[in-house]
Amino acid sequence: MSDGNGTAAADDSTPYLQMRGISKNYGGVQALSSVDFAARRGSIHAVLGENGAGKSTLIKIASGVVAPSEGEMRVAGAPVAFRTPLEANAAGVVCIFQELSLLPDLSVADNISITAPPRTRLGLIDTRAQRRRAEELLARVGCEDIDPRERLKNLPLSRRQMVEIAKALGRNPQLLILDEATSALTSADVAKVYDILHTLRQEGLCLLYISHRMHEIEELADTLSVFRNGRHISTFDKGAHGDDQIVEMMIGRDWSNVFPPKPKRNAQPAPALDVENLSWPPTLSSISLSVGEGEIVGIGGLDGQGQRELLLALFGVLRGVGGTVKVGGEEKRIGAPATAKSAQNRIALIPEDRKTEGLMLPMSVAENITVAALNKVAKNLVIDKSAEAKAIEEMVARMQIKAGDLAAPVATLSGGNQQKVVIAKWLLTGARIILLNDPTRGIDVGTKQEIYQLLRDLAADGAAILFYTTDYDELIGCCDRVLILYGGEIVRTLEGEDITETNIVAASLNLAGDEAAA
Amino acid sequence: MSFRIDTPILIGLVFISLILAAGTSYTLATQGTATFVSPTYLLQQLHFGAFLGMTAAGMMLVILLGHIDLSVPWTLTASAMVASAIGGFAGDMTGLMVGLTVGLVNGIGVAFLRVPSMIFTLGMNTVLLGLMVMLTGGHAPQSAATDLMLFLGRDRTLGVPHSVIVWLIISAAIIFMLTRTAVGRYMYAIGNREAAAYLSGVRTRLVIVGAFMMCSACAAIAGISLAGYSARAFQAMGDPYLLPSIAAVVLGGTNILGGQGKYSGTVVGVILIVLLQSMLSIMQMEEAYRQVIYGAVIILMLLIYSRGRGRAAEA
Amino acid sequence: MKTARLFLGQNAGILLAIALFLALYSIYVSLHPNWGMNVVLQNGNETLALILVGMAQTMAVLVGGLDLSVGPLMTLTNCFGSIVMAGTGGSILAGIVACMALGTACGFLNGCIIVYGRIQPIIATLATGAIFLGLALLLRPTPGGAIDGDFAWAFTNDLNELGYTYGWWEDLGLIGRIPLQPVYLALIILLVWIPFKRSVTGRGCYAIGSNAHAAYMSGVRIDRSKIAAFTLAGFFAGCAGIYLTMQMGSGNADAPQAAEYTLRSIAAVVIGGTSLYGGTGGVIGTIFGALVLRSISFIFRVVPEDSTVGFVASPLLQPFFEGLILLLAVSLGAARTFRAKNRLTLFS
Repeated sequence: MSDGNGTAAADDSTPYLQMRGISKNYGGVQALSSVDFAARRGSIHAVLGENGAGKSTLIKIASGVVAPSEGEMRVAGAPVAFRTPLEANAAGVVCIFQELSLLPDLSVADNISITAPPRTRLGLIDTRAQRRRAEELLARVGCEDIDPRERLKNLPLSRRQMVEIAKALGRNPQLLILDEATSALTSADVAKVYDILHTLRQEGLCLLYISHRMHEIEELADTLSVFRNGRHISTFDKGAHGDDQIVEMMIGRDWSNVFPPKPKRNAQPAPALDVENLSWPPTLSSISLSVGEGEIVGIGGLDGQGQRELLLALFGVLRGVGGTVKVGGEEKRIGAPATAKSAQNRIALIPEDRKTEGLMLPMSVAENITVAALNKVAKNLVIDKSAEAKAIEEMVARMQIKAGDLAAPVATLSGGNQQKVVIAKWLLTGARIILLNDPTRGIDVGTKQEIYQLLRDLAADGAAILFYTTDYDELIGCCDRVLILYGGEIVRTLEGEDITETNIVAASLNLAGDEAAA
Repeated sequence: MSFRIDTPILIGLVFISLILAAGTSYTLATQGTATFVSPTYLLQQLHFGAFLGMTAAGMMLVILLGHIDLSVPWTLTASAMVASAIGGFAGDMTGLMVGLTVGLVNGIGVAFLRVPSMIFTLGMNTVLLGLMVMLTGGHAPQSAATDLMLFLGRDRTLGVPHSVIVWLIISAAIIFMLTRTAVGRYMYAIGNREAAAYLSGVRTRLVIVGAFMMCSACAAIAGISLAGYSARAFQAMGDPYLLPSIAAVVLGGTNILGGQGKYSGTVVGVILIVLLQSMLSIMQMEEAYRQVIYGAVIILMLLIYSRGRGRAAEA
Repeated sequence: MKTARLFLGQNAGILLAIALFLALYSIYVSLHPNWGMNVVLQNGNETLALILVGMAQTMAVLVGGLDLSVGPLMTLTNCFGSIVMAGTGGSILAGIVACMALGTACGFLNGCIIVYGRIQPIIATLATGAIFLGLALLLRPTPGGAIDGDFAWAFTNDLNELGYTYGWWEDLGLIGRIPLQPVYLALIILLVWIPFKRSVTGRGCYAIGSNAHAAYMSGVRIDRSKIAAFTLAGFFAGCAGIYLTMQMGSGNADAPQAAEYTLRSIAAVVIGGTSLYGGTGGVIGTIFGALVLRSISFIFRVVPEDSTVGFVASPLLQPFFEGLILLLAVSLGAARTFRAKNRLTLFS
């Protein structure tokens, strides 16, 4: 690889990005407390931490999305106080956000040159030059297949993420921040992105890399910083600590006994949910599965193999679903969540996105807990306030929801507590079949552990649980059986001792189990 | 849940006091009497304001869902005109049915066809206008107020106008629904996040249809009573009610995007607008100045709210 | 091939509006006993103000808002115009410029209230609409004012008449039969709309309507674009007022007319393929949306009363059918609702 323009300044004594005593609080919640942080040119600096550790706030401050409550920030030695992302851009700070900053109705070329497009002599946007520029940048990230004139919303998520990367490169960054920028990419794209990042490091850029994937960090980063509870815990070179130590720093305690023990299984559990030949073309085909009372059945596989759709189909959200579904041995037609939830079916779904599908954020904690089970606390549609208060109190105690004021908007709770509210909402309905769609995403370890224990308790109580997760450890640690989906079909069922990481990975890639095990 | 007065309602009450003070000092200065705060005068204002109150009550429900009903003016007019054309109690009931039908169609268009409510109700308004033009076109139908209309819109008991009582009954029903029933809770839920409400097993489409039917029913009742007040039903009698009813709802602190707001705020908004209009007329202000002041007051109040919100968000 | 596919995909709304207009207008032409350029001229005269108000509304809708003050603003410039355009010669031109400036200034005021006051556009413009109407009444308590007859005649006619009246040119032949309304439109599109759309600020408007949060994160100057959109809306509404002044020769602070124009403008925008949620569409589609609306009413005038469909010929039925067609047109879009296989997609 070439040395770029030779500005690689590893010997540069002043760090490119420097933060001193940075604090940020949101309405009483301390997101960052007096953080000192520095990153130098010519390096890929990984930032690690659980959700809520303050990583995203750190990025938002560096890229001008929010202003720090106190503290000082310097870029290339000069003090800065960005008021908008635009000002940060002007200073050479560019961020690739996890929730993409792309505009769905605009063309790819428009998106890439959104703020500083090439212009004609009259000062108007030069569409032709803009298209050429987009083609060049897309070629640089190896995406020649994307037509710059295409509207962004017509591209699949992985392509959009590549457009976002091309857009960032087009802004001539000096400090490039990548926030979970590879989460939706195919492995081929990830390899391209790695190449680009290595080149940029050679060219002397300062790169901040935020990821949850340890192997990515091992491959890319040369410096690591760990955050926890809004504090900067430690910064060290790659290799200075082992994985276990790093995880311990992240969670602040021992990483052991996360999962409750699996009880001995009843060979013939009473049937709770039986699915035969379920199909939803083109995403799902001939899915047959059964979950017995007291069972936790995991659903695994690569992202986007129809897992989410399977849960939505069972919950009555999808139209045009074929096959039969039996609840408690009886065939049912479930055409709406209202039917799924009814006393005859008692199905619950913990949806994928708690902020838009699980909760009404501006409404109170209390109102969110009872919204699905108002029939339980109401007579003839009239809510019995004292019965409602009692039900809420019980749920808050049972789920150990930490909320100062139950009348406060649920948006004020932390992610973990918000997810507990979603689960509480469904427990209150007395659900017997519980569908979970990646329920622990973006939740702190402590809450995760509580959720695992809760699932076990519910199962012990006779509930049937269908648990989709993207985390292999959860499939291994939590589930009695694991179904692996590939291309909308169940390609493998793993049980007992067979639920291992190797088997899960092999089945997810749809390799024959024996070969992979070898 | 404790009783709390939120900022918009408080600001509204302050503005009401200011208007009362301004109106009174004007009458004191010019006539030497405090006509503006005399019970008779205020009751008279409420008598007329109740029609706006009923319309705004219905409007608030659809705004709470994040929708809007632009067909209110001609729903109001059509109900009154149809009722008086048929005459008698049967006519009154038919008028109410007209309202409910309009609400049903609006609700189906918005909830099932998912046409933006703004545009669907706009089309509905034009259709109703067309129907009424047809109704009066060939011949002149009866337009005199029925007995029930006169009873509701004109008569008083012990000095209290019946229109005010109707408004109070509608208000009590809505407050009860919003605070004590599941339907009310679902309305807030849908207004905040329809997808989450749907995934919570709420039959969102039925709630939306119901809200539109309630809104139209309120407009129909307002129309029937208003016809009694004016002693007859006439074309375009609902036109002056659309924008003020939206303004009353918003001034009362209901979020125009849905999901947040208290009914008491809407009442405050209605009283505010009614008093503002009557103060301007008592001052014998020209229509031109009235419009300007009316618009300026709305903007001023909203600016004060948004300042308040801004501070709350930064705290 | 690819280019054609992209073009069709990205302009489906406009193309649909054009097709609908052509279909309706063909019906009109086929029913009209003596259709000709003078009829086109008359049609244009009755449509231009609505088109311009619709274009104004489009600007607000693009940034994800709604402007309830476009009708009142048109009325205000109409009343203002009936005063400042009352002279002759050069002073008329100055009056026109003053009207444009007034419209633009009012639009800018709307934008500032919305952006800096952080008030929802629909509510802010509801209030400013009342103010504009009040000011219009102040200027013209009763309808009146007289614009120079020659001027009004010449500038709402075709190219030939314009030339004759002022002796600027002789008979231009076929070209001379071109009505002035499309000429005005073409000028506004070329000189105002296209440069705006191709400017960074203009593209920012689309970005805001598409996803305001992402636009902010991308460094789009949200405030500037939003104010620009409402300012341009004011300019278009001002142009509508000017045309109305020339067409009627006087000013009239007609509140019902203002309200009707506002409501029709929303319909024109939607039929023209601009999404009420913002981000897609543009004023070109709205032109055809307004033409569709007007074509409907034109047809009613020419349906022969003795034909089988003669019963619809009654002018009394016109508003009813207009509303019905609007409802049907928007409900057609509902096909999407029934095709959606994943009901969650309906909520976004």
